[in-house]
Amino acid sequence: MFELLGITPQALFGQLLLGLINGSFYAMLSLGLAIIFGLLNIINFTHGAQYMLGAFVTWALLHYFGLSYWWALPLAPLIVGASGIVIEKLFISRLYHLDHLYGLLLTFGLALIIQGVLRNNFGISGLPYSIPPQLSGGQNLGFMFLPNYRAWIILVSVIVCFGTWFVIEKTRLGAYLRAATENPTLTGAFGLNVPLMITLTYGFGVALAALAGVLAAPIYSLNPNMGAELIIVVFAVVVIGGMGSILGAIVTGFGLGLVEGLTRVFYPEGSAVVIFVIMAIVLLIKPAGLFGRTA
Amino acid sequence: MAEAALKVQGTDVATPLLKVSNLEGWYGESHVLHGIDFEVRPGEVVTLLGRNGAGKTTTMKALMGILTKRKGSVVFDGHETIGLPARAIAKLGMGYVPEERGIFSSLSVEENLMLPPRVKPGGLSLDQIFELFPNIKERLSSQGTKLSGGEQQMLAIGRILRTGANLLLLDEPTEGLAPVIVQQIGATIARLKAEGFTIVLVEQNFHFASSVADRHYVVEQGKVIDTIQNAELEANIDKLHAYLGV
Ligand SMILES: Nc1ncnc2c1ncn2[C@@H]1O[C@H](COP(=O)(O)OP(=O)(O)OP(=O)(O)O)[C@@H](O)[C@H]1O
Ligand SMILES: [Mg+2]
Repeated sequence: MFELLGITPQALFGQLLLGLINGSFYAMLSLGLAIIFGLLNIINFTHGAQYMLGAFVTWALLHYFGLSYWWALPLAPLIVGASGIVIEKLFISRLYHLDHLYGLLLTFGLALIIQGVLRNNFGISGLPYSIPPQLSGGQNLGFMFLPNYRAWIILVSVIVCFGTWFVIEKTRLGAYLRAATENPTLTGAFGLNVPLMITLTYGFGVALAALAGVLAAPIYSLNPNMGAELIIVVFAVVVIGGMGSILGAIVTGFGLGLVEGLTRVFYPEGSAVVIFVIMAIVLLIKPAGLFGRTA
Repeated sequence: MAEAALKVQGTDVATPLLKVSNLEGWYGESHVLHGIDFEVRPGEVVTLLGRNGAGKTTTMKALMGILTKRKGSVVFDGHETIGLPARAIAKLGMGYVPEERGIFSSLSVEENLMLPPRVKPGGLSLDQIFELFPNIKERLSSQGTKLSGGEQQMLAIGRILRTGANLLLLDEPTEGLAPVIVQQIGATIARLKAEGFTIVLVEQNFHFASSVADRHYVVEQGKVIDTIQNAELEANIDKLHAYLGV
């Protein structure tokens, strides 16, 4: 059947794998955006820059401190997440009483500043970072070759995404977050510290973006624009999934990665635009997104 | 000895648990509360009566710190709370049941019940709450807003009983409920009073109010314009009808 269409199984599974990798990044990034949007009601336009910062901190930890990938894996999200907490405390928290548009402008401006500063210092040609030796090589599965590092990305992403979903939907802490998302005033009137929850949630969403950046460092071109390019697709993913739905963000992220991969097999010319076409269709048929809550 | 006992008695009985003086409140630029005065001693049930739009709910929100633009004085359990955020007031032991009940749709019944953290020792155990409201126990895993109106009201009351809050603000707990449920809620309030809870109750239905309250404050246009002891309610019934426009 594959031969009929002039497609080898290797090519098909290879592209599906690539799609799943991209989907892993879409899922992690749109999950962070969804969590932040849910509680803070702002669209975090700095998200792409924070993903890029995760990759840069990974590189810097090795370059300046000799700390390997395995150190960067926890440290880069912690460092970038902490910077997110500072940003929320210093800037974003002052905008909650204003129109959402101000939060959007602020985070967009911050993204431009972060990207500009790094472009000035590092250029855009890309910094070198190699796959950690423990994860180099790959497995021959018979029908395809699976590079270990790609499998690692998918594994980490699935664990992190569903771990986050589990915490939010199934634990006491998650119940606090859901309550604060739904009715912050009443949640506060029960004695819960909603401003603290908001700050930590922003920090966590940013740390998720940075973790995606760490995973990306060895395989994508590590340059100041890497986030800006990816985040446009991620916003389309979020629009398709629907703002504020946790599971929606995860499922749509992985799903659209796969769709993109399949398109690359059967209609390569369309692969760059397929997500935007789907977005347009979803907006026409179900404006709140596939998993979106309609008010 | 005698003096000490007298003093303890003095603080427990004579000192109000809640003293509200000249409380004013605003929604943005709109001045809604124009000087609310009333007090509640430990173990008492008082009601705020008044027409629609008189400012009863707004008073509750101002006490709880949800209405942030407010001035005057609210002394609760010895603490001036007028400058405190809602979460700090809750931690002093004030529990709030809002008019719209405030059941979270993204939480299960159990999660709704367990949401407010314990603020003081002495709250009811889950078993005691289930004994008061057996319906809740059977619906623990349902989505909070899938409960009937009466069950939601029971859940809204039950969840603050767990926290150890000793002053309960109940905003129209009987609104829109069937008579048999109203009776059940009335019995619950009587029982809570017997167990020493102090309660501020907003009611439109003063027949219900008179069955549970010690004293009634009449609110009109953001002010307390009259105080009626429950024992004198019968004698004042015409006046009250005039106030409430019924
Ligand atoms: N969110 C708000 N913004 C502006 N004005 C408000 C708001 N909520 C209430 N008001 C106004 O404040 C006044 C007092 O309202 P409040 O809800 O306290 O009345 P109430 O005594 O509880 O009435 P009801 O018996 O209908 O519940 C009313 O004139 C109302 O229109
Ligand atoms: Mg009201």
